[in-house]
Amino acid sequence: MGITVEGARKRFGDFQALDDVSIDVPDGSLTALLGPSGSGKSTLLRAIAGLEELDAGQVVINGQDATGTPAQKREVGFVFQHYAAFKHMTVFGNVAFGLKIRKWDKEKASERVHELLRLVQLDGLAQRYPDQLSGGQRQRMALARALAVEPQVLLLDEPFGALDAKVRKDLRTWLRRLHEEMHVTTIFVTHDQEEAMDVAEQLVVMNRGRVEQSGTADDLYEHPANEFVMSFVGEVNRLGESFVRPHDMEVVLDADDRTEEGLVQRIVALGFEIRVEFVLGDGTEVWAQLTRNELQRLELREGQIAYLRPVQAKSFNGSSPSDPGASTPRGPRDEGDAEVSAAV
Amino acid sequence: MTATKPAKWGLRTLAFGYLGLLLLAPVGMIFFKTFEHGLGPPVEAMTSPDAIHAIWLTLLMVAVAVPLNTIFGVACALLLVRHKWKGNAILDGVINLPFAISPIVVGLSLFLLYGNDGWFGPTLSEWGIQVLFSTPGMVLASVFVSLPFVVREVVPVLQEIGTEQEQAASTLGANGWQTFWRITLPAIRWGVAYGVVLTTARVLGEFGAVTIVSGSISGETETLPLFVAKAFEQFNEEAAYAGAIVLALLALTTLLLMSVGGRKAKAGASGPIPIVSDTAISTSNTKEGS
Repeated sequence: MGITVEGARKRFGDFQALDDVSIDVPDGSLTALLGPSGSGKSTLLRAIAGLEELDAGQVVINGQDATGTPAQKREVGFVFQHYAAFKHMTVFGNVAFGLKIRKWDKEKASERVHELLRLVQLDGLAQRYPDQLSGGQRQRMALARALAVEPQVLLLDEPFGALDAKVRKDLRTWLRRLHEEMHVTTIFVTHDQEEAMDVAEQLVVMNRGRVEQSGTADDLYEHPANEFVMSFVGEVNRLGESFVRPHDMEVVLDADDRTEEGLVQRIVALGFEIRVEFVLGDGTEVWAQLTRNELQRLELREGQIAYLRPVQAKSFNGSSPSDPGASTPRGPRDEGDAEVSAAV
Repeated sequence: MTATKPAKWGLRTLAFGYLGLLLLAPVGMIFFKTFEHGLGPPVEAMTSPDAIHAIWLTLLMVAVAVPLNTIFGVACALLLVRHKWKGNAILDGVINLPFAISPIVVGLSLFLLYGNDGWFGPTLSEWGIQVLFSTPGMVLASVFVSLPFVVREVVPVLQEIGTEQEQAASTLGANGWQTFWRITLPAIRWGVAYGVVLTTARVLGEFGAVTIVSGSISGETETLPLFVAKAFEQFNEEAAYAGAIVLALLALTTLLLMSVGGRKAKAGASGPIPIVSDTAISTSNTKEGS
């Protein structure tokens, strides 16, 4: 059950959008496809919906091979980044569209539409046209439209990408709650790792048409399979061959054999969190994440010398992120992530 | 761009002066001339059997050519925009031909094709179909000269609306036909409407091509423009002016019907011509694998 993609390949001209991608989305889960633009995440989502034809590979939805099935017969709900609202129809008409196509009884359809509009908190706006709505309202309408036909799976393509930060956060929370209520298998695409970690139970990190790693947010953060995942999921400093999270950089005032000397270049206060930027002797720029209390205790000032001690560093044995050997498509866990304590 | 006040007024004067001198004055003169001696003479001129036949024939041309070119135009525009293919460049160029070729040339080429010595002429007359000097030839000429308008109006609108609404419809279970009728057509209706208005105007006024293929036989193969020209040549000024007025009124009626019809069809939120709307952002993100 759920959604399985096996060996998906897709090429646009000389751009390889999907390069042997396999994912497994458990039934009823909320999964994020996370990656930079051009990583193939949207193409993969569109292939699952049937909006993009794969060159090779297989899409299985709830145990049924859907590879050759056209979009209109896959029974997926799809939400687009730019809403794809039917502009010439009212909010009611938009949400009722799928029911009309399925020739639902008028009264029953109307009941269902209003039920959904209540769910997405748009019930008072049923007779409005999409261009009379705000971006957040349009996206909720699009979601209601997708849910109206009781899809087997719900696919969202950067659903909050076009919205401003505040609305985005609200909708995120709201989507998570909605999923808890409805339990429909959901995949959503995002390039925002914070958004992915906030909303999803399972993350699939993609890069250059491949799956780099999948797992829970903790898995990916604590045991990144490679440099790419480590730097994409969370912040990272590079020290020679190893990688250190900024919050794993301890700042001390006295040198010992495990510290590195650095010049404090800039101190940026981001509320409780403080970002201290250093330049090391060899010109490398790194930063450490401190709390306000730590900063006050150290009395750091810009332009002074301090010492950095990496508490926890990872190295990936020089493997590059696109190296197939380094990616662990389906089993997350620790491959080549030797944990080195300090000694840089 | 910010223009100074004198510059703005200068431009306005220029625009209105240009339009007034070249468009409004001649058309106004016709109205003035026609109704110079009251309603009687023009009404009398236009109720003669030849005049009534000319009006009827002109409307018949519109009734055949406009639906044909509308259906063909929308289908062609869909082909050009939605189904990218190498042959599209050729198709695109060929569609523009009627814009480039003088109507007289169109008339002559039809004459060559359907005349007694032409490719199709002898065969067709064996079957008892007379193309030249009768209605079929005139319809062919009208269709030819008015062919590109709907295509040219619909193509940019199709590009503008993008494919996301259609894709959304398909994920909601709509097949191609349902998507076309419920989503695409309503979205491009203004482009279609303008194309129809332009096509109608072109067919109403067509002179060159129709003159050649029709032979301009009064009461038989004479459309309103031909009627006007003949009346003018025969110094029957009253009939010429009255005919011209009827032509102008027919064109105005089309425009009016379109804007009324369009408004009714929408009755919605956005203004009458939503050619530039916020769909622009959604057009570019279809093929990028992000």
